[in-house]
Amino acid sequence: MPDFTLSLTINGAAHDLTLDTRTTLLDLLREHLGLTGAKKGCDHGQCGSCTVLLDGRRIKSCLALAVAHDGAEVTSIEGLADGDAMHPIQAAFIEHDAFQCGYCTPGQILSAVAMLDEAREGWPSFATADLQAEPALDEREIRERMSGNLCRCGAYANIVPAIHDAATR
Amino acid sequence: MRPFTYERPTDAASAVALLGDAGPAARYLGGGTNLVDLMKLGVESPDVLVDVTRLPHDRIEELDGGGLRIGAAVRNSDLAADRRVREAYPVLAQSVLAGASGQLRNMATVGGNLLQRTRCAYFTDVTKACNKREGGTGCPARAGHHRNHAILGHSEACVATHPSDMAVALAALGATVHVEGHDGPRTIPMPGLHRLPGDEPQRDTELRPGELVTAVELPALELARRSAYRKVRERASFAFALVSVAAALDVRDGVVEDCRIALGAVAHVPWRALRTEEALRGRPATEAAFGEAADAELAAADPLPENAFKVPLARRVIVRTLEELSR
Repeated sequence: MPDFTLSLTINGAAHDLTLDTRTTLLDLLREHLGLTGAKKGCDHGQCGSCTVLLDGRRIKSCLALAVAHDGAEVTSIEGLADGDAMHPIQAAFIEHDAFQCGYCTPGQILSAVAMLDEAREGWPSFATADLQAEPALDEREIRERMSGNLCRCGAYANIVPAIHDAATR
Repeated sequence: MRPFTYERPTDAASAVALLGDAGPAARYLGGGTNLVDLMKLGVESPDVLVDVTRLPHDRIEELDGGGLRIGAAVRNSDLAADRRVREAYPVLAQSVLAGASGQLRNMATVGGNLLQRTRCAYFTDVTKACNKREGGTGCPARAGHHRNHAILGHSEACVATHPSDMAVALAALGATVHVEGHDGPRTIPMPGLHRLPGDEPQRDTELRPGELVTAVELPALELARRSAYRKVRERASFAFALVSVAAALDVRDGVVEDCRIALGAVAHVPWRALRTEEALRGRPATEAAFGEAADAELAAADPLPENAFKVPLARRVIVRTLEELSR
């Protein structure tokens, strides 16, 4: 098997790895490093349960070949909290009961963390009426910006308020 | 997934040479959002991947005399967020934002977006025949599921559509695609990058073997400041278009001075609606004129049994988009 040697920083820890070139970031996290927070839902980039942060941006780790991201910093759900102190989005999800089975939740939370950063940077979405204005994160904006994360339980009714709450704190 | 070796060149000439040396089963790798998926499905099985995301093609630069040069490795999200794009070419920002999801736009590149493959279910299912995947095997879509297939420019061999939203805006804007190949660089004007299926649907584009997309240039185009992308799909977000329209409109004293219009999800290519444009120039900017201009293009439509709805839908989406731009 063609192998490739690379370095990644995962949740703050440096890793020197030799991997089969076919290894996705998702399989690296789950199968090689035992970090099973990121989920393999569809494995085709459609469900969002594998969402992680790559150099601070949200991506679908099932479609990211690890070899293509040599030198990158990866944050999975295991690395989001500050010790025992939950990230504000994690706290908001608990406060709003923003999940049922929990399978999509790590992806939802990481996606929301990065989505709020995107909005703070002034990035528009397809729901943004005025491309020149600063986006205001109302329900429509949040739903559009979070459309890459599916919840089969249909917990959107609580996910959206959790994110809205965290965004306005 | 078939094993492959991975190459990471840092300049375009090396990338072109690496791909050429590797033979026909080598592929350029951008964000991977389509290619890696197709590799998992067995539709693509490259033996070499040449990663082109670390080439110096990751910037958006202003051109002398107006216009923008967008590097092929620019991520879709960075393109849509760029202030210059949002101000001067809102149709382009909106088209990119209409595609995929936030995560995928952070990964996908401009070059990869242009070269993504059709989402025809027969193409992505290796247990089915498909002339695009394997020439001469037949097209089950024509007599099977083709609700989201082409109504314009299709052939006996293939009724698939091109899935990109961004490419529709680039077709309307008359962007220029820059490529690098063994014989040096050349340019291809949009919408000429993509080709109709004819009897060779395996070929999506006019690119020659081994050619690499390096940049897309947007012309200085004043009327593009008043432009929009409208997309109709079966759910509110994160779905491919049933019909989409990219349009720019310049109305003066109630008369259409100039316009640019392209349609998405209706053909094997992003479909520049030149007949609509021609029918509109010099006409009053009214709903009736917009409808007649839409009909001028759609008269050539040849829908299939399951997708005849796309013809009146395209008409309505064209009219509504032009009405909004003329307000």
